[in-house]
Amino acid sequence: MKNMVEKEKLGRYGKFGGQYIPETLMNELEIIAAEYHKLKDDPAFQKELKDLLVNYANRPSLLYYAENMTKDLGGAKIYLKREDLNHTGAHKINNVIGQALVAKHLGKKRLIAETGAGQHGVATATIAALMGLECEVFMGKEDTERQKLNVYRMELLGAKVHAVTSGSMVLKDAVNATMQEWASRVDDTFYILGSAVGPYPFPEMVHDFQSVISKEAKVQLQAQEHTLPDMVVACVGGGSNAIGTFADFIDDPSVQLVGVEAAGKGVDTNETAATIERGSIGVFHGMKSMFLQDKNGQIDKVYSISAGLDYPGVGPEHAALADAGRAQYVGITDDESVQAFEYIAKTEGIIAAVESCHAIAYVEKIAPTMSKDQIIICTLSGRGDKDVASIAKYKGVSIDE
Amino acid sequence: MSNLKTVFNNHKAFIPFVVANDPDFDTTVQNVLALANNGADIVELGIPFSDPVADGPVIQDADLRAFAAGVTPDKIFDIVAEIRKQSDVPLIFLTYLNIVFKYGYDAFCKKCQTLGISGLVIPDMPYEERDELAPFADKYGIDLVPLVTPTSGHRIEKIAKAATGFIYVVSSLGITGTRDSFSQNLNELIADIRKYTAVPTAIGFGIHTPEQAYEMAEIADGAIIGSAIVDLVAKHGQDAPKYLGQYAKEIRTALDNQAQQAV
Repeated sequence: MKNMVEKEKLGRYGKFGGQYIPETLMNELEIIAAEYHKLKDDPAFQKELKDLLVNYANRPSLLYYAENMTKDLGGAKIYLKREDLNHTGAHKINNVIGQALVAKHLGKKRLIAETGAGQHGVATATIAALMGLECEVFMGKEDTERQKLNVYRMELLGAKVHAVTSGSMVLKDAVNATMQEWASRVDDTFYILGSAVGPYPFPEMVHDFQSVISKEAKVQLQAQEHTLPDMVVACVGGGSNAIGTFADFIDDPSVQLVGVEAAGKGVDTNETAATIERGSIGVFHGMKSMFLQDKNGQIDKVYSISAGLDYPGVGPEHAALADAGRAQYVGITDDESVQAFEYIAKTEGIIAAVESCHAIAYVEKIAPTMSKDQIIICTLSGRGDKDVASIAKYKGVSIDE
Repeated sequence: MSNLKTVFNNHKAFIPFVVANDPDFDTTVQNVLALANNGADIVELGIPFSDPVADGPVIQDADLRAFAAGVTPDKIFDIVAEIRKQSDVPLIFLTYLNIVFKYGYDAFCKKCQTLGISGLVIPDMPYEERDELAPFADKYGIDLVPLVTPTSGHRIEKIAKAATGFIYVVSSLGITGTRDSFSQNLNELIADIRKYTAVPTAIGFGIHTPEQAYEMAEIADGAIIGSAIVDLVAKHGQDAPKYLGQYAKEIRTALDNQAQQAV
């Protein structure tokens, strides 16, 4: 299996990946890649990283046996990898700590980041505060409105939040704006890319820093069940928590890998963000990958209730895993994810991010079709406090905050 | 390889840029003709992309106007065919790689050859990724015009050695748009490029006044002007050709003065 997605040349995953980025940034990408590869094998860096993950971010995260869900669904045993319990409330912190350390080693004074739901922006603002670095976050204007709480959180942490008004004013536009800002000030600034997307070496760094999710889960499940899971499930926007959830299981062919995309109003409608199911191969945001685009190569407007999955592309490693048939990608609609949001709250007493609830909704469908001796690990990528107001609105309940 | 290089012989080149189909088909044709008839040596036509990450607000807005008027690659090829009925001015396309990729590298380059398009500027295709398009560009005699920026450093050697047509030297960091000052080390940058190639250089990003064009032509072999011209199109709409002609004349005069100074 490994050969199927092995990198043929620098930053390639099969026919996907690469560095399709303006020349202004190429030298910087070379510098980052060289520094990262030096640090990756440096025990002192690994120690520094581990120290922050354990003592600041609250790792390892729990692998929680969801007994109520398991009984209720009546099929496979369900374990939840609780990234929602990390400091800042999502998996995003894993990658941010790693990249911020790389930035620090490069002598950078300023961090910039894009954010969709705000979780990556909050994580970046948090680390910037901890490390005494300047921080500016770019967020689509529409997302600043549906995730007001996270905007305030970032500001509280000392970051400056820019509401991006170009394009469809969501995550892809925030990435455009952050890349533009980086191109104009590259000397002292590090772009902390939050998803498994972009030019090499970003997808590789995100993969490596998020792989802590599956490395821990593998050991934790071994301790509890003395076996590998039969299936791992995670939601996919750009694909950072999913690649982290898959990473350590890619070479275990018995483990089925499932990425859950946001189907919005439905995979067959035009209001969707189901990139792998509906997209085609293209070049955008520094990578060759799968994108939702028209026949002329113009990137489509995408839609999902979830600001974190509202992205027209997907990381190149996911495109390669799908192409090789190693991972399956399925769509879950807004309605199904909102139902799952309520389901996991009532069944397990967990308010999970609406992004993660896409994965939960799939587990609700698939678990009953599996046998009781099978095991699913589903990653809860984040907590859902940020979504409570908008879910209430979706359900027609007015909350006066 | 195209005839682009010869444009620069004993002459400072003026390379204006307009977004194709901004604000409509006919005005684009007239704009290009006005530029060509008033001293432009090469006209750069932008093919709009939904997410132009290297472009500033002026060109982004022009892209939106072009989209509103229903721009597609095929419509742009029709615009070029119309221009070709009246002018043989060298033309190059500026666009993002996805547009070319989606059209098909072979089909796109073939179409360029048919229409007499001499070169392609693709800001999101750095040296490392040019191999996938280069065989098709070579096959149809299309130059892939590379960009060199103040941050290129040690990369200049390999970029310059592979360059044909001319080299697009980016005056400053960031995105397109008019500027009042440029990177301080443009002289060194050009000197560095000339160590490795005789391919001409043209400076772009931010130039808007005849004085700046004069200044840039002192350093390089030509000046590329985009946002300032696109701004005139935004202001004057269908009346733009007249203003573009006038502007082109001013720039032409400034560049010719520079050429005389140099002699």
